Amino acid sequence: MNTSQESKPDTQISRRESRNKRGIIWWVLGSLAVVVLVIAVVVAIRMAHKNSTPATPDFATTRTSDRRLYKVSFKSALEPIPINEIHTWTIHLETSAGKPVENAKILVDGLMPEHGHGLPTQPQVTNYLGNGDYTVEGMKFQMAGWWQVNFHITADGKSDKVTFNLTLI
Amino acid sequence: MTLRTRHPLVLALVLVALAAGFPACGANPHPWSSKERTTLQSLWIGSLKPLPPDPSNKYGDDLRAARLGQKLFFDTRFSSNGKVACATCHHPDQLFQDGLPLAIGVGTTTRRTMTIIGTAYSPWFFWDGSTDSQWSQATDPMEGPDEHGGTRGQYAHLIADFYRTEYEAIFGPLPDLSNTRRFPIVAGPVENQAASKRWKEMRPENRMSVSRVYANMGKAIAAYERKIMPGPSRFDQYVEAVLKDDLRNARSRLTPHEVAGLRLFIGKGECTKCHNGPLFTNNDFHNTGVPAAPNLPEDTGRAKGAMQVLKDEFNCLGPFSDASRDDCAELRFMVVGEKRLVGQFKPPSLRNVAERAPYMHAGQFKTLEEVLGHYNRAPAAPVGKSELKPLGLTDTEIADLIAFLKTLTGPLATEPEWLVSPKK
Repeated sequence: MNTSQESKPDTQISRRESRNKRGIIWWVLGSLAVVVLVIAVVVAIRMAHKNSTPATPDFATTRTSDRRLYKVSFKSALEPIPINEIHTWTIHLETSAGKPVENAKILVDGLMPEHGHGLPTQPQVTNYLGNGDYTVEGMKFQMAGWWQVNFHITADGKSDKVTFNLTLI
Repeated sequence: MTLRTRHPLVLALVLVALAAGFPACGANPHPWSSKERTTLQSLWIGSLKPLPPDPSNKYGDDLRAARLGQKLFFDTRFSSNGKVACATCHHPDQLFQDGLPLAIGVGTTTRRTMTIIGTAYSPWFFWDGSTDSQWSQATDPMEGPDEHGGTRGQYAHLIADFYRTEYEAIFGPLPDLSNTRRFPIVAGPVENQAASKRWKEMRPENRMSVSRVYANMGKAIAAYERKIMPGPSRFDQYVEAVLKDDLRNARSRLTPHEVAGLRLFIGKGECTKCHNGPLFTNNDFHNTGVPAAPNLPEDTGRAKGAMQVLKDEFNCLGPFSDASRDDCAELRFMVVGEKRLVGQFKPPSLRNVAERAPYMHAGQFKTLEEVLGHYNRAPAAPVGKSELKPLGLTDTEIADLIAFLKTLTGPLATEPEWLVSPKK
């Protein structure tokens, strides 16, 4: 009896200890799970990024030129912009104050920054439509990916450049 | 155990389950991402749009013109030695090519025969794009000294003698060619000096009417060639199953090696930069540093081809074209005179590629292994600058890519009546 009476507190102590130990194990497991979750989230975000174009380019279809002289927008006659199909764009050109720009001389070129090559064609501005709108003929893209299309604009003796970014799929 | 002590376990299990499941969130039930699926669909033959009309050839979809074109395609009288027809190099039973490194007509040429299958979709013809329509392409070898070797004068007389009724039903009355002093039989703007001299001595309006018959022959042959189209391959059946999420069917179409090759084709191999779209070609021009063919003069490819097509009397803007100026955007906005064109050649379609060795513009490579080895090493170009960079593919990866290329073999989507010589 004595033994049992003496042993009772011991058992209680050991139970309490083992309960504490189990608690530690659960918390370790829990923390591990949190670590795994964080890794999974990071991997998922990285994978999502890998499958998209670089986050830096601005893909807007209306942009301000480099020296802020013009606000330029474009519209493709074919949407979505196709691969391997020659087509026409219309670009709209206005001053930063919103006044349509007439009699502009505009040169066009394109680039795939990741490949270092340009368009398969030499597009040209062929017509002025009025209201700052110009027809660009001969647009063509020969592969999917990130493209830049540059318009070099000269009007009233001042020159500026605007770059549009496109992702073609 | 109390609820309190169990709580961390539950939390842990939930977190682990979340962690395990998270990367799969939004993933497709098969091994292709949505972006890859889009690429697969773009290569699928089901994405091939119906053939648009050729504005430069108003007879392009005239069945009578196609029937006449088929007869001309197989007629060996249209050559200097009576032995060479279009079908001599473009065998219907050999995928409309000849399996030779260099084409052999009345002599040996300096380029590999290209297939005709599906080329009606292309804005440019020949390896260097030196013509811009199927009909102007068809006329070109007729006067080539090593191909058919004849002259347009000879061909106009042959049309008048053997195909008058059919020709006139389509194109209207033939000129009266009976006076052979005004319309010599051997006369054309060719290398042969006697023929060339006689051509120059002809009155301009007579030259014009002979050239019109010659152009119309090309238009009839093009009407025939517009029927020669590729059909679905095992790859197309696979993509169709993938797009329908029918995984079991997809797995029965391609082996794991072939699928691995396909993944390399649209990924690490960078093949779809040039071989894209349902015909596996962007019909553009690229310098891939293919070694020069032995014993042949330097070939600058597109650099010369661009100059030639601009001057070609049979181009889209020329007097024999039926197109309006607006229909000629490819020619009007082509790149010409730039250094980068040197050594560029047109990437051919890869449909049926495994069935038509040798490869490249002068048959420089005998096997697909040699082709893939070249792309993997990316050596410097013999002329101009190569666009290639070394790919770092392993031997296994190259083998997988070749296994994939073999899945692009398929039958023609053309009625059998067009694949044989018609009864004369």
